[in-house]
Amino acid sequence: MSNVNINVHHMTRVEGHGNIVVNASDGTVEKVQWQVPEAPRFFEAMVRGRKFDDIQTIVSRICGICSISHSLVAIKAVEDALSIDISEQTDMLRLLMHYSEQLQSHVLHVGYLVAPDLFNAPSVVPLVGKAPEAVKTIIGVHRVANQMSELLAGRITHPITLVPGGFSKVPSEKELRQLQDTLKAQVKPLQTICDVVASVAGNLPNFERDTEYVSLKQDKTYTFYHGDIASTEGTVKPVSEWESVANEYVVDQSTAKWAKWNRETYMVGALARYNNNAEYLSPLGKEVAGMFGLKKGCCNPFMNNIAQLAEAAHVVEHSIELIDKILSKGIEDERPNISPKPGRGYAAVEAPRGILFHAYEFDENFECTWGNMCIPTNQNHANIQKDFEKFVPENLESGEDNLRQGLEMLVRAYDPCISCSTHFLDVEFVR
Amino acid sequence: MDKPKVAIFDFACCEGCQLQIVNLEETILDLIGAVDVVEWREAMSEKSHEYDIAIIEGSITRPEDEKRLEIIRSRAKVLIAIGACATIGGINKLKNNFDLKDVKKCVYADSADKPHVDTEMTKALDEVVEVDYKIHGCPMNNEEFAYVVRCLLMGKKPVIPDYPVCVECKAKENVCRYEYGELCLGPIIRAGCGAKCPSAGYRCFGCRGYVDNPNVDAAKEIMDKYDLTVEDLKSRMVLFGSKQGPTI
Ligand code: SF4
Ligand code: SF4
Ligand code: SF4
Repeated sequence: MSNVNINVHHMTRVEGHGNIVVNASDGTVEKVQWQVPEAPRFFEAMVRGRKFDDIQTIVSRICGICSISHSLVAIKAVEDALSIDISEQTDMLRLLMHYSEQLQSHVLHVGYLVAPDLFNAPSVVPLVGKAPEAVKTIIGVHRVANQMSELLAGRITHPITLVPGGFSKVPSEKELRQLQDTLKAQVKPLQTICDVVASVAGNLPNFERDTEYVSLKQDKTYTFYHGDIASTEGTVKPVSEWESVANEYVVDQSTAKWAKWNRETYMVGALARYNNNAEYLSPLGKEVAGMFGLKKGCCNPFMNNIAQLAEAAHVVEHSIELIDKILSKGIEDERPNISPKPGRGYAAVEAPRGILFHAYEFDENFECTWGNMCIPTNQNHANIQKDFEKFVPENLESGEDNLRQGLEMLVRAYDPCISCSTHFLDVEFVR
Repeated sequence: MDKPKVAIFDFACCEGCQLQIVNLEETILDLIGAVDVVEWREAMSEKSHEYDIAIIEGSITRPEDEKRLEIIRSRAKVLIAIGACATIGGINKLKNNFDLKDVKKCVYADSADKPHVDTEMTKALDEVVEVDYKIHGCPMNNEEFAYVVRCLLMGKKPVIPDYPVCVECKAKENVCRYEYGELCLGPIIRAGCGAKCPSAGYRCFGCRGYVDNPNVDAAKEIMDKYDLTVEDLKSRMVLFGSKQGPTI
């Protein structure tokens, strides 16, 4: 089998639209392309002229799955631009809210989108019949993560309570205690999910490519929210210089931009965070990583899904601790009281899919005059392309169907969120 | 009777409304049992050209998407628009306030003329094809979604609220946002969300679109009472659905 023609037009089980095109004849690969044909949405243009306190509402709509991360990073950048300070309580509650999204998104991705591949099913629906208990466990943890977002953000998708300077409404002590109890009860179900994934983890392809990994890094913390930008190449930069990390450029095969830093391409996401910060994972997170043999320095992109599981355990464990810390200081119904000054500001947070950058500038009426955003999936596109270029020749003889399946799994492993980059996924084999 | 075939499609959007379907959690298993989902790219690998009900998320921003929507319409017996992007154009319509050349230049700079980054004025679905039902909100309310689907399965006509958010907000005994000096769009926006935002301490920013006959005089009265101007109101009104709707 040396002639291959793959043309997946709009790949499924990913957020957004993407195409895979592979041409090979007589064992020679002629074309391998990862394309993004999503309709561009122009957020940078749309924020112009909007008031500073409308920004998070607008840019949250970049992505429904990462809406909390987009709101959080926008608020941080707006506060940086307008020299607005926040209280320690606000900071801790925001982190807790951020954890709810990590948990929700990771469970959704591994449970609903990746698991079908490992079980060789086209979607999670047939799995309901095959493994009903596992599916119910996944739904249960997902629901808890959603309830956590609802409590802290005011609703599951597109936060309401996040406003520059603080919160429009904070949860009560009683609500936080209830949340803590619910989270404690999720440890067992999470273990069940890990056991189920472990039983089929042998289906994760054994593929490696030496890669640069980029994430936030903060002193002795497995950080999602604070710190500097770090690369596994040893480079560190302050967040205010993010535009010189994500060097964006436009390519013809994609409406989403590509990015590069020290090397030709880099990867962001759970595996990048793990490769930069593994030693600071919580005990349970480390246990999960150990269970799957995940080690720092891993450069198998498929292991990103395992890093997500380890992070899910970590955020549950750390949320339980964080609630103790918040309650020990007493929760106050504080309202933001701000005196903004015009200026330009930059921020980064770790969205579930990887490091997310925003920047804004405001005039003396506090209206936005300029905005710039760089989302995780865009930073990964070029790296996906480079993975393809190594994966296709290595697996050319496995048969067209297997190769197609492998490529789709590879893209899915990145947990791409194509709608934000704009959208994606279709495989095209051209003979 | 055979189970109705359902297909779910998306256009330019954040996919938050599809996520709302997933967020029905256990309820979705019941719904999926009652219908035959034949295509849902975000969640499953199957594809089909035969369906009775098309559920569509997102707004139309390119000529090729307009064509795709027309094909979907011609195949579907019932077309349901979900979420502000599909029902009123949503946040994507903010783009229409600018010159499109400038919008492209702002994001793609020197590559702005490349054909694949092209864009047109953003449209809601009903600006292109006929829409049978609209499930409002950004994101849509998933209980309302489940209700509409159930109604259709039982052959009943779903009832979507046609009164303002203030009605639900007052029922919840919230302190009015105007008392905090904020400009809330509740008086002219369609209810059905349970006054979600005012209940979370935030003004309504209009994601469900206008009620059918907004009481413009009452809105003006509120403006006067709190010393605000119609200009203030307008500046807050364009977030979802741009310049659509009544002129106050
Ligand atoms: S209506 Fe809102 S939540 Fe739904 S797809 Fe559009 S932007 Fe996303
Ligand atoms: S807060 Fe808004 S929705 Fe509630 S009563 Fe006041 S104006 Fe109406
Ligand atoms: S209160 Fe207004 S903005 Fe909030 S969900 Fe309801 S209609 Fe949408």
